Amino acid sequence: MDYFLTEEQQMIVDIARQITEEKIIPQRAELDEKDEFPTDILKAIAKADLFGLFIPEEYGGFGGGCFENVLALEQLGRGCVGVATSFAASALGAYPILIAGSEEMKAHYLPIIATGEKRAAFALTEANAGSDASGIQTTAVLDGDEWVVNGTKQWITNGGEAQIHTVVAMTDRSKGARGATMFVIEDTDPGFSFGAKEKKLGIRASSTRELIFKDCRIPRDRVVGKVGSGFITVMKTLDLSRPGIAALGVGLGQAALDEAVVYAKQRVQFGKPIISFQAVQHMLADMAIQVEASRALVYAAAKHIAAYPKDMSKASSMCKVMATDMAMKVATDAVQVLAGYGYMREYPVEKMMRDAKILQIYEGTNQIQRNVIGQELNKEYNK
Amino acid sequence: MLRVDNTACIGCGLCEEECSFGAITVVEGIAVVGDTCTLCGACVDICEAGALRIEEAREKAAGSDLSAWSGVMVYAEFRNGRVAPVAIELLGIGRELADQRKVSLSAVLLGSTLGDAGRELVAHGADLVIQVDDPALAHFTDEAYAGILEDIIREKKPEIVLAGATAIGRSFIPRVASGLAAGLTADCTGLSIRPEDGALLQTRPAFGGNVMATIVCPDTRPQMATVRPRVMKVLPADPDRQGEIVTHVPAASRLSPRARVIRSVAENIDKVNICEADVIVAGGRGLENEKGFALIRELADTLGGAVAASRAAVDAGWISYPHQVGQTGKTVCPKLYIACGISGAIQHVVGMQSADVIVAINKDPEAPIFNVATYGIVGDVFEVVPQLIRQLEKRKGR
Amino acid sequence: MKIVVCVKQVPDAKDVRLDPKTNTLAREGVQSIMNPYDRHALEEAVRLVEQYGGEVVALTMGPPQAAEMLRDAVACGADNAVLVSDRAFAGADTWATTYTLSRAIRTIGGCDLILCGKQAIDGDTAQVGPGLAWRLDLPYATYVRKVVDCSAEGLTVERLMDDGYDEVILPLPALLTVVKEINEPRVPSLKGKMKARKLQVTVLDAAAIGADPACIGLAGSPTRVVKVFSPQLAGDRTMITGTVEEQAAQLAEKMEALL
Repeated sequence: MDYFLTEEQQMIVDIARQITEEKIIPQRAELDEKDEFPTDILKAIAKADLFGLFIPEEYGGFGGGCFENVLALEQLGRGCVGVATSFAASALGAYPILIAGSEEMKAHYLPIIATGEKRAAFALTEANAGSDASGIQTTAVLDGDEWVVNGTKQWITNGGEAQIHTVVAMTDRSKGARGATMFVIEDTDPGFSFGAKEKKLGIRASSTRELIFKDCRIPRDRVVGKVGSGFITVMKTLDLSRPGIAALGVGLGQAALDEAVVYAKQRVQFGKPIISFQAVQHMLADMAIQVEASRALVYAAAKHIAAYPKDMSKASSMCKVMATDMAMKVATDAVQVLAGYGYMREYPVEKMMRDAKILQIYEGTNQIQRNVIGQELNKEYNK
Repeated sequence: MLRVDNTACIGCGLCEEECSFGAITVVEGIAVVGDTCTLCGACVDICEAGALRIEEAREKAAGSDLSAWSGVMVYAEFRNGRVAPVAIELLGIGRELADQRKVSLSAVLLGSTLGDAGRELVAHGADLVIQVDDPALAHFTDEAYAGILEDIIREKKPEIVLAGATAIGRSFIPRVASGLAAGLTADCTGLSIRPEDGALLQTRPAFGGNVMATIVCPDTRPQMATVRPRVMKVLPADPDRQGEIVTHVPAASRLSPRARVIRSVAENIDKVNICEADVIVAGGRGLENEKGFALIRELADTLGGAVAASRAAVDAGWISYPHQVGQTGKTVCPKLYIACGISGAIQHVVGMQSADVIVAINKDPEAPIFNVATYGIVGDVFEVVPQLIRQLEKRKGR
Repeated sequence: MKIVVCVKQVPDAKDVRLDPKTNTLAREGVQSIMNPYDRHALEEAVRLVEQYGGEVVALTMGPPQAAEMLRDAVACGADNAVLVSDRAFAGADTWATTYTLSRAIRTIGGCDLILCGKQAIDGDTAQVGPGLAWRLDLPYATYVRKVVDCSAEGLTVERLMDDGYDEVILPLPALLTVVKEINEPRVPSLKGKMKARKLQVTVLDAAAIGADPACIGLAGSPTRVVKVFSPQLAGDRTMITGTVEEQAAQLAEKMEALL
């Protein structure tokens, strides 16, 4: 379907598609097999200027918004959600600076993130703080002109591969959520180290590690926004980034559909290509409907939230739930269409099925998203 | 430019149908020429109303001095102390063309420490060998080789000059042709004489082999062509054949090219890229073991092709992964794909089904590979392939 | 260093087929692309300029539509683009093409280095590079797979041969034709695309390059295409039967016709 993209938006799609076809697809199976971080592909993406898509022009970016990022992520997600996650995580790590950082902080960090010279990562999750972010145990204490950070962040995407980290730590436990503060911590800061690389079901091209802070000392001015405003920044960040995850779902769903249709036309059983059987046709039709419906919602939500409307969280969560549940379903169905072949690593759909699962989990599980939507509905109908 | 006589054009559309390049459309009863016109002239020939003509900017003095050129000349590539096989093949077709034209066949031999190479060329059909044996020619350089060959051609005035379409031939022959303002056709797979006027008909593939084109050089001499190796038949060597071997002394300036070769490094070319090969011989589980692949390699060498494999063979460790064709390997579209002992599972077929011609050799008559094959042989690979190699060698006269 | 990269717009050759009934090239749905080898030449030029400074000019001879491909070249790093276009160039073979390109290069003030793909996938002749070098009286190397060094003495390159490679040193100005393994071409950048959109492609016609009408287009071409036809196509399967000897003999005959 034609979404009437502007000329610039079409350029973004074309570039990201070319990267997917020429750089990602030929390498994705090997990266997955070897748990290898896609350094060269990310360099190619950087050279194509995509890391700066959402960054304002005055900081060396393209000046696009959530929707432009969504367009690029959908195309990259068609190729490999692991690679696309590594790319997307840098934006996630940069959003707090963009949303709440001081002018000096933006001028210092955003240009190097825009060029892809430095990668960013976002560190919220801990062993005892997943869906319930208030359980954060990492602390930061002011000591003279420095903050001293202690604690461990878990399952951090781009861990060990990023240079700039936006990290949430408690500065005043007595205040609960209002005692959380966002900091920028660089890979070279003293007392900062990484845990071992996690072994995962899918998105194996991405790097997931612990960030370990042991009396990590950082300058006083590394606070993003105000002391105590950390959670508000986290919420705004995730509202902005979720449509990106939804876009990965759309890309993955489209790729799985493409594989299934191409295979169904090639595979002959009972003397006919299996696409001529209605049982297969209906599966493919349902897949196509779900992909297109998800795409439409994701695009609409991404455009809607550009103006930071009041119901931003609801729109963002709705598109994330729909597109990522769709991705899981469509990838599973694609494996079913390819059947025995689909279950083998030789074909890309089994990887898509493994990769799809994380989309329902990270950046807020789909259950949490439904909570958000439910609570928003409750509020809306109180009026 | 292609001109349409609007008064004569009847808008019949014959030219539109005939045009291979979609360059003509009939608009309101008149043929209109578009930008894709290559001036091939097909429309002019077909036009019954005589409304089309090709207007050349300046008529050439056609035919005036063409008769001054006579004889067939072959450039005999010499490298690493031996005559390249393609040179012998060129003498075979060169002899045929020369006999048809009733002219002599000469060979040009450039290099250092040529030894008996001249004799070898005579034995394979040359009437005259013109050689330059000079240490300055030990390494191939475009400028030196092109300059000397151009001088020899100007002096001997052959009507036809042939060279192998090798890395060397394809590199310096265009420079020779440019210097002589001669027409050159690259990579020919067929050469013959047009009976009406004795012109050389040069046939070559284009568009990656999807289309064949026949080309002539109507107004210029010599008519030059590079010819694909392993296409032309070799004339058996006759040690008693008589021929003259003369030495050409090149001008000193010809022996000091601007580009210098620092060193020549021989490399095993087994890392051949199967994606770019014209001929691929592929083996599968039916080859039984690594030794089976030796047979496949032999066939590939005979055909000048590359070796590929199905996943089964790669997984078994008989050959390395870069040779794998199919879903998890490479996708190839050669002119000729010979599948030996490959069953033709869908994940292999997707990687090779767009080959122009597919030959399948398999014991199992029900093997799905036969469904995509152009030619199929039900039989034992270990019997059929050795016979095939023998037959191919025999046809090449070796 | 000023580098001219010669690029050509070609139909995606793997899609081109001759319609056996009408004997016409079936071009429906066939995309026009930048000749794949030329993408590698462009990439190498951009890398050389990134390393040693200078500018990259993408040059093509073709119909007005080829301007789109030149925009792609700019999006991939070329600084400028020149389109040599005139109906009078139609029907040019490689001899007339090298004349036209050489006139165009002289018109834009010459250059220090010319890069070309080893051949174009539509014609596969590999003649334009060497021919152009002769026209401009430049030393050249074909099938270059690596630029080893660039010094005061010139460019040191590795040139592929049938049995290995030669290391060659060429004084500048010079011309190279490159193979695919020389590099991995980049994808266009967003900034490059924005620049390309605004770019004014310089268009030169026959008069602008001071071309002699006798040397361009069909008139300037020593070769003529007299016939275009389909090679034997993969069609219905033919099973070859008989004794092993008979099978092999029949197959050898069929194969020989193809090679």
